[in-house]
Amino acid sequence: MSRMRGSWKSVPQSSSDRIQGTLSRREFLVRGGALVVSFSMARGALGAQPQEPQNVGKEPKKAPALPGSLKNAPLLDSWIRIDADGTITVFSGKAELGQGIKTALIQVAAEELAVEPRTINLVTADTSRTPNEGYTAGSQSMSDGATAIQHAAAQVRAILAGIAAQRLNVPLSELTVHMGAVRAKDGRSLRFGELVTGEALHVQAAPQSPLRDPKTRGVMGKSLPRVDIPSKVTGRPSYVHDLRLPNMVHARVVRPPGYGARLQTVDTSSAEKMPGVLRIVRNGSFLAVVAEREYQAIVAMRALARTAQWSESRELPRAADAYDHFQKLPQEVYVDAGGPADIATGPGTISATYRRPYQMHASIGPSCAVALAEQGMLTVWSHTQGAYPLRNAIAEMLRMPAERIRCIHMEGSGCYGHNGADDAAADAALIANAFVGRPVRVQWMREDEHTWEPYGSMMIGTARARLDGPNVTEWQYEVWSNTHNARPGPAGNLSTAWQIDTPFTPPPPKPAPLPAGGGNRNAIPIYSFQNTRVVHHFVPEMPLRVSALRGLGAYANVFAIESFMDELATAAKIDPLDFRLRHLDDGRARDVINAVAERFGWGRFQKQRGRGRGFAFARYKNYAAYCAVAIEVEADRELGLVKPIRVVAAIDSGEAVNPDGIRNQTEGGVIQSLSWTLYEAVTFESRRITSRDWSTYPIMRFSNVPDTLEVHVITRPGMPFLGTGEAAQGPTSAAVANAIADAIGVRVRELPITRAHIRAAVGIQET
Amino acid sequence: MIVLNVNGREYQVDAAVSTPLLYALRDYLQLNGAKFGCGLGQCGACTVMVDGKPVLSCITPISVLSGRRIKTIEGLGTIDNPGPVQRAFIDEQAAQCGYCIPGMMMRAQALLEANPAPSKADIRRHMNANLCRCGTHMRILRAVERAVGYLKNDRSAG
Amino acid sequence: MIRRLVVVLLLVLAVAGIAFFASAWRPRMPAIDTPLRSSFDAASIQRGAVLTAIGGCASCHTAPNSKAYAGGLPLETPFGTIYATNITPERETGIGRWSLAAFVRAMREGVDRDGRQLYPAFPYDHFTHVADEDLRAIYTYLMTREPIRAEAPRNDLVFPLNVRMLIEGWKLLYFDHAPIRPDATQSAEWNRGAYLAEGLGHCGSCHTPRNFLGALKKRRHYAGGDIEGWHAPALDASSRAPVPWTVDALQQYLKRGVSNVHEVSAGPMTRVIHNLAVVPDEEVRAIATYIASNMGAPEQAREERGKEALIRARSAAEKGGDAGIQKLTTGGQQSETTIQDGRVIYEGTCMLCHGAAQRTTGAPSRDALNLGLSTSIQLGTPVNLIRIVLQGMAPPDGESGPFMPGFSTELTDEQLVSLVTYLRSDFSDHPAWQNVAREVRRARQSLARMD
Repeated sequence: MSRMRGSWKSVPQSSSDRIQGTLSRREFLVRGGALVVSFSMARGALGAQPQEPQNVGKEPKKAPALPGSLKNAPLLDSWIRIDADGTITVFSGKAELGQGIKTALIQVAAEELAVEPRTINLVTADTSRTPNEGYTAGSQSMSDGATAIQHAAAQVRAILAGIAAQRLNVPLSELTVHMGAVRAKDGRSLRFGELVTGEALHVQAAPQSPLRDPKTRGVMGKSLPRVDIPSKVTGRPSYVHDLRLPNMVHARVVRPPGYGARLQTVDTSSAEKMPGVLRIVRNGSFLAVVAEREYQAIVAMRALARTAQWSESRELPRAADAYDHFQKLPQEVYVDAGGPADIATGPGTISATYRRPYQMHASIGPSCAVALAEQGMLTVWSHTQGAYPLRNAIAEMLRMPAERIRCIHMEGSGCYGHNGADDAAADAALIANAFVGRPVRVQWMREDEHTWEPYGSMMIGTARARLDGPNVTEWQYEVWSNTHNARPGPAGNLSTAWQIDTPFTPPPPKPAPLPAGGGNRNAIPIYSFQNTRVVHHFVPEMPLRVSALRGLGAYANVFAIESFMDELATAAKIDPLDFRLRHLDDGRARDVINAVAERFGWGRFQKQRGRGRGFAFARYKNYAAYCAVAIEVEADRELGLVKPIRVVAAIDSGEAVNPDGIRNQTEGGVIQSLSWTLYEAVTFESRRITSRDWSTYPIMRFSNVPDTLEVHVITRPGMPFLGTGEAAQGPTSAAVANAIADAIGVRVRELPITRAHIRAAVGIQET
Repeated sequence: MIVLNVNGREYQVDAAVSTPLLYALRDYLQLNGAKFGCGLGQCGACTVMVDGKPVLSCITPISVLSGRRIKTIEGLGTIDNPGPVQRAFIDEQAAQCGYCIPGMMMRAQALLEANPAPSKADIRRHMNANLCRCGTHMRILRAVERAVGYLKNDRSAG
Repeated sequence: MIRRLVVVLLLVLAVAGIAFFASAWRPRMPAIDTPLRSSFDAASIQRGAVLTAIGGCASCHTAPNSKAYAGGLPLETPFGTIYATNITPERETGIGRWSLAAFVRAMREGVDRDGRQLYPAFPYDHFTHVADEDLRAIYTYLMTREPIRAEAPRNDLVFPLNVRMLIEGWKLLYFDHAPIRPDATQSAEWNRGAYLAEGLGHCGSCHTPRNFLGALKKRRHYAGGDIEGWHAPALDASSRAPVPWTVDALQQYLKRGVSNVHEVSAGPMTRVIHNLAVVPDEEVRAIATYIASNMGAPEQAREERGKEALIRARSAAEKGGDAGIQKLTTGGQQSETTIQDGRVIYEGTCMLCHGAAQRTTGAPSRDALNLGLSTSIQLGTPVNLIRIVLQGMAPPDGESGPFMPGFSTELTDEQLVSLVTYLRSDFSDHPAWQNVAREVRRARQSLARMD
């Protein structure tokens, strides 16, 4: 049980804030209608003595820096509500994307409140109910969202204990908080529901919290089964795609054939007469059909599409020289590390250039949204990663006040970043406004999602280094990339807004600041070299639509850096792991590397013909999760076929709240990264994205997943949460590239590592 | 008007006969298990069973389904009483976003009804028609293997 | 008197037998030490890779889910099942101990290293035309593959066909060793194409009909043949492709398996296309040139019909609604009801991709062929159409390519019969097929065997 040494700094309250019940002895500092309770935290100590009130009558201090997302929403009851019947509701601004965050947040709250997880109701991302935590992105749900809830729950527990202490007239040290009640040694107890009255939790969070001792974990650190899986496997409505509201109608949008196409004419007469069609909605170049039944909308959409005439002027670059074209676009140059002059030049310098094509999220379920305009309010249900920013974007697009829009997150299929979800929501909102009183459901078609979603940017990374024996003396890395963040945000980042009568244009992109970065995420190597220089070429102009895809620039940068480390290790004739460890001080980094080496049997590996092993490591963003991956592949030089045989990974995400959740995410990241790395590139011709469906954008199937995939989770109880979701993307790509190089003696530096690229690297002509 | 036999019950569906089964299930019968993934027969998210065989409901018009027996995941069990395949997927925690999983389970169910003792290679080959974008493949394969055991136990338990 | 005759007869038989035996018998060639990979140069290996691809060796000598060239693939013939052998350079179960001479003898004469006759399922009647340096390159390539220990199952042939020596009789009747002579009236490209098609490509092995003893009917060269339950369409003037093939179309088809105005490759041809992906463009064009020339320039009437078919297909795309040939052919077992059911099925299923109504944004990636341009629907046999509908088509995992779902579980046998009958009646002027139900059953059985 937790013990808390706490003391309240209290001052007389104004009568208007008098707390009812037996709290008259407790007094609070009032500031702006909110109540502030502060604690001094000392773990494991006992006793609590009320102290003299401070700051009476003085100007309140600025709110001190609060942990995690508490800084966005400092009131405790923004996060946790306890009803008189004891029902506990936890509010999070984060969204379940299939990464298991709901379960992890429930575990964290349950741990600090000392209740059973199943007693917690979690409400996520709803602009009318939950805090604004921005986007569920960047693998920050744990570090921001879980941290906030952890601290809020701890502070709520302390408040309840304090109230109980007063009422039971018992020192805090003699109370235990357990199973939703506060108990005294003599057996008297008060349930949470009895303790919480009025505005007890309507207080500002303190910068420090009486967190429970990590050594006494009850539910954090356990692999609690995911709370959302049972309903998903039994067909209960779980996704926004399943939402059925009374009187709901179905809409389909006739998408333009390419970027920048303008609708010239359309003959709606035959579509209008089709069964079930209620209305054709046209707003500038935005064209949609609304029907009673879903399939009726689809059929009518296709009929409408046939008569639509578009004018097009925008050309896409030629696929054959897309990289060269990209590298020559206007660019802003930033030196992220090192001095103004080039290093790693001259004879003996080893260099290599790595390329990453446009790649897509390709969510298995195309985007969907439902919107209802009724009585002056517009409600939008969406699987967006950012309900609050989306609300603002839709408000801006529709030129209406944000307060009249409510955006509620409902799950979609895995999004892996900024996919079509926000655009689908904007489509639904636009149509709903023209269809007041009936919920409008918009479902994107497969081709819509494939051709209109924002991709992961094309990237080029050039690495150069000089070696002195086994040591890297100079290292220079330059990366070219578009922005990796074109999220709404601004309405100009909604494709819907590009098409309407008074269109919005995307705002000029800006590079994301370090240390997180965008295209330069993980461009600065984590290794200690004598002399390091990193240059980021930020290319604002976007030949194809791009935005955030899992890992942002880290995927390509880690691919490049970790491939290059292997190339250097080969040149230095040193084992690739030893070569890395030699330049790495961080103990946790060494731990994941050694864990993988041990479990993979790196030192015991027997080289067979046609097989190879590869290794890679990265610390996501250089300050988040540590991840190492080793892969054994089978590869054929002549045929260019690659089969992953065995993958061993290790990940350190700080304190593991749900180890199996971390394992699941990392397995997923490994397989997805294998798919990106071996198969995926968006294809296009002069005016068309030609990757329109699974036959033109193949991804990994069961036939080629590894025989075995093992993920070892290293947990650090008590340490900050580091997030998990994106950590495996980069290391997996380099590990498989290194394994292929080991197997066939030839290195492929241009992603994806397809049959064709392998054969080209081997020197076999393929026309 | 067409009568569809779904999970042992008969339903009247007042939809055009060219309507794909997927929309009949979701839009008319509110059976949300089968999912729209592509509508092109490429991804398997819409997989259901018809007459014991796995079928892509997005390319099957209801016109060909008179008198045939359709089974969906809702027919495998409920949240309070999940069937063996569903239990296996829950026990293996075989889902990330979970969107592809109903299709996976129906394809697995079809395999196990035809072949109660498939090899690992059989399972992998059979499931190949279904796509998973989150990378849950390893768990899905393990869940199907686990389901083999559960079905066997259920059978011997009588 | 009679006794004398009997004696003479026996003597004649004995002499014939001895002569036959002498003809059929081949010496065993000495085993060699498996050559080191390093003894072969990279250029030869690469050349061998290309030639082996044209020859399609991997396609027959690799079993599904098995290692390349390790054999084990069953080949169904009217005479029973023959299993392809292991041609990896493994010492005991492969060709690891074969000398170049032994390899050349196998390719040219159809005799293995031990002197055993090889069944002509192995198309040495074509490979016999391959030049020395090409055989050497192929040998080089095979000897540098990964050695796999694998024994092919025993052939399953009914007596007396399992007596290998009798193959010599077949060879005496049908095996023509004559080399291909260049035709001076044709271009170098045509001659190159002839060399490749008639030799390594062994196109005639599938595209030529065979007689009751399984020999190619030389006088009906490229008149169409049957292979693995599919029909390899005619590559001569009797071709039924609605739009006559050109060199360009053939080249595109051979390279990528797609031609905009013809069907996508299906069945065993997909393996051929897959192999040809690594073959240089000039070689593929040469083959296309030769085959196109073999088809000959189409007659005026056929050319016109082809143009009409194209116009109908395009107008279907633009105007919407389907512009099939609205005709009902009479005769045979089809009934009005069957065709009507088939049309309903077509409208709910095929038309989504193949019809015009859906062919814009919101339509799948590659414009599915307008069925008025399909060769399968025109053939004398429904087997290709049935198999395409049952199996669909998909690119190899991880690769981009034309895709069509199969309908083997979505449609019942009865529904398939209706659909196929409807398609024939609406998209073809040729008479109705008589045997659709039987062919549907057979196709299903062979699909089931593949599972």
